Amino acid sequence: MVGNVTDEAERTAASAAARAAGVSVQAGVRATEPEPAAEPGIAVEMRNISLWYGQKQAVGNVSLDVPRNRVTALIGPSGCGKSTLLRCINRMNDLIDGVRIEGEVMIDGANIYAPNTEPSQVRRHVGMVFQKPNPFPKSIYDNVAFGAKINGYTGNMDDLVEESLTKAALWDEVKHELKKSGLALSGGQQQRLCIARAIAVNPEIVLMDEPCSALDPIATQRIEDLMLELANDYTIVVVTHNMQQAARVSHKTAFMLAEDDLVGRLIEFSDTDEIFLNPQDSRTEEYITGRFG
Amino acid sequence: MAADTAAAGGPAAQFQRRRGRELVEQAIGYALFLCAAITVLTTVGIVLILVVEGLQFFRDVSPWEFFTGTKWTPLFTNQAFGVLPLIGGTLLVAVGAALISVPVGSASAIYLSEFASPATRAVLKPILEILAGVPTVVYGYFALTAVTPLLRTTLFPETEIFNALSAMVVVGIMTIPMVSSLSDDALHAVPADLREAAYGVGATKFEVVTRVVYPAALSGIIASYILAASRAIGETMAVTIAAGASPNLTANPLESIQTMTAYIVQVSLGDTPHGTIEFRTIFVVALTLFAMTLVMNIIAARVTARFREVYD
Repeated sequence: MVGNVTDEAERTAASAAARAAGVSVQAGVRATEPEPAAEPGIAVEMRNISLWYGQKQAVGNVSLDVPRNRVTALIGPSGCGKSTLLRCINRMNDLIDGVRIEGEVMIDGANIYAPNTEPSQVRRHVGMVFQKPNPFPKSIYDNVAFGAKINGYTGNMDDLVEESLTKAALWDEVKHELKKSGLALSGGQQQRLCIARAIAVNPEIVLMDEPCSALDPIATQRIEDLMLELANDYTIVVVTHNMQQAARVSHKTAFMLAEDDLVGRLIEFSDTDEIFLNPQDSRTEEYITGRFG
Repeated sequence: MAADTAAAGGPAAQFQRRRGRELVEQAIGYALFLCAAITVLTTVGIVLILVVEGLQFFRDVSPWEFFTGTKWTPLFTNQAFGVLPLIGGTLLVAVGAALISVPVGSASAIYLSEFASPATRAVLKPILEILAGVPTVVYGYFALTAVTPLLRTTLFPETEIFNALSAMVVVGIMTIPMVSSLSDDALHAVPADLREAAYGVGATKFEVVTRVVYPAALSGIIASYILAASRAIGETMAVTIAAGASPNLTANPLESIQTMTAYIVQVSLGDTPHGTIEFRTIFVVALTLFAMTLVMNIIAARVTARFREVYD
């Protein structure tokens, strides 16, 4: 019971912060609201993650604590391993032949790389939205219902579809044409459909891999607003190479860089304001001021 | 001369037209056109001959008798021209072959595309394609000397020496590479990000394949089924050897039958005089066969075209 109350308080605080941030984004001002005093819990704890593609190391010894019900941004130049690191959180890298991963990723106190872990079970808790909108060539309804169906969802599917599309800010646009193919939507709508599909399986964490890179500025803004909204209910980790986007939507920012050995390492991880206004590492400062990358 | 042109505002020497080179280029163009025209003209010629000779046949026999009659005995003194036994025999073999090639071919395509490691795939795919290169006469003798004796000694002792079942089996095996190779291409064409999307909501490999990849590739896969059926209908040598030469409207695959192609072989090799009605039967049968495979190929092309639109 006590735990529940704390949770509730935390969610309310987080949601207030997100709303404030959302408003300031719409006003065209960067979100500079201070974080709520209550320290959020840790949703994902990465410990000494290293990753190799065959013989080539891509990620070197990254440790990172992702706060619950916050948006955490991973930034850095191309090839710095940020997408690869993101895909370690839902074991998506397992799909690539010859990948070797060392270290631990703790979610709810359990290491998702422990032996006897089933990656598909991990992915039911850690949803993902991809760079290019990738709806299935199925109806809008079936796109959203897909994950719930394979997970043996027993509740009312119509309600789940409506709720998920509403959370993804797409319901009003598609409620009269749920039988239409997901591919018939615009790019921005498709990406919101993919967000609805991801949250329909009720994950705790949603990973977004450059979710706006294929979208126009207006569609991008809608997705950014949505990220802050979704942080009320989910922990969001977003990879972006758009620094302004990281500044607008995230509470925490991790800067990654691959130097001469081409191994991506974490350079600095801190509150987003700190990273952008007061970076501690000279390489972070050089990157955010546009001197390279 | 060149200096004059340049002075008069014409092109400088290095930019002037070179007549010889232009002629050669034109000649190459015409030569390539002629090569392309040969295949088109041949097709047109074949269709014309089939239609002309086929229509002459219908001066002696009514289309009604031809398409609805159930006896086919043009080479007997008691002539009957009902083509249904030949169509029935052809379809019996084609359907039976499809019962083998569709499930086995689809399963191998799914294995090759989704489950096999790149190394396994690199070995298996060429081997499957070799199967497509075995001469069909070999399949025919394989049916007659291996499949039929096996059927008679094990499952169905009442099997006739020439029977539809052995033809079904070998034509089915023969068309497996076609189904598996084309279906594999269709499965491979499904974008990787659809697979990732399915994995991303917690689908297992089997769920990804059966619920996302296979349905997304379905129109391409169906096109492969239709093309394989079309090939089975047109298959000649194996069915001529294995299935016999008794036009027989039956659904029992253990009996001897005759397919349309086998009938054409029989008449073409025999001593049937030119210009007789018996001789013209091969044109009208060929015309019917051509119409059947043409319709199936058109359907396959339509289905494939729809498949291409899906990811645009």
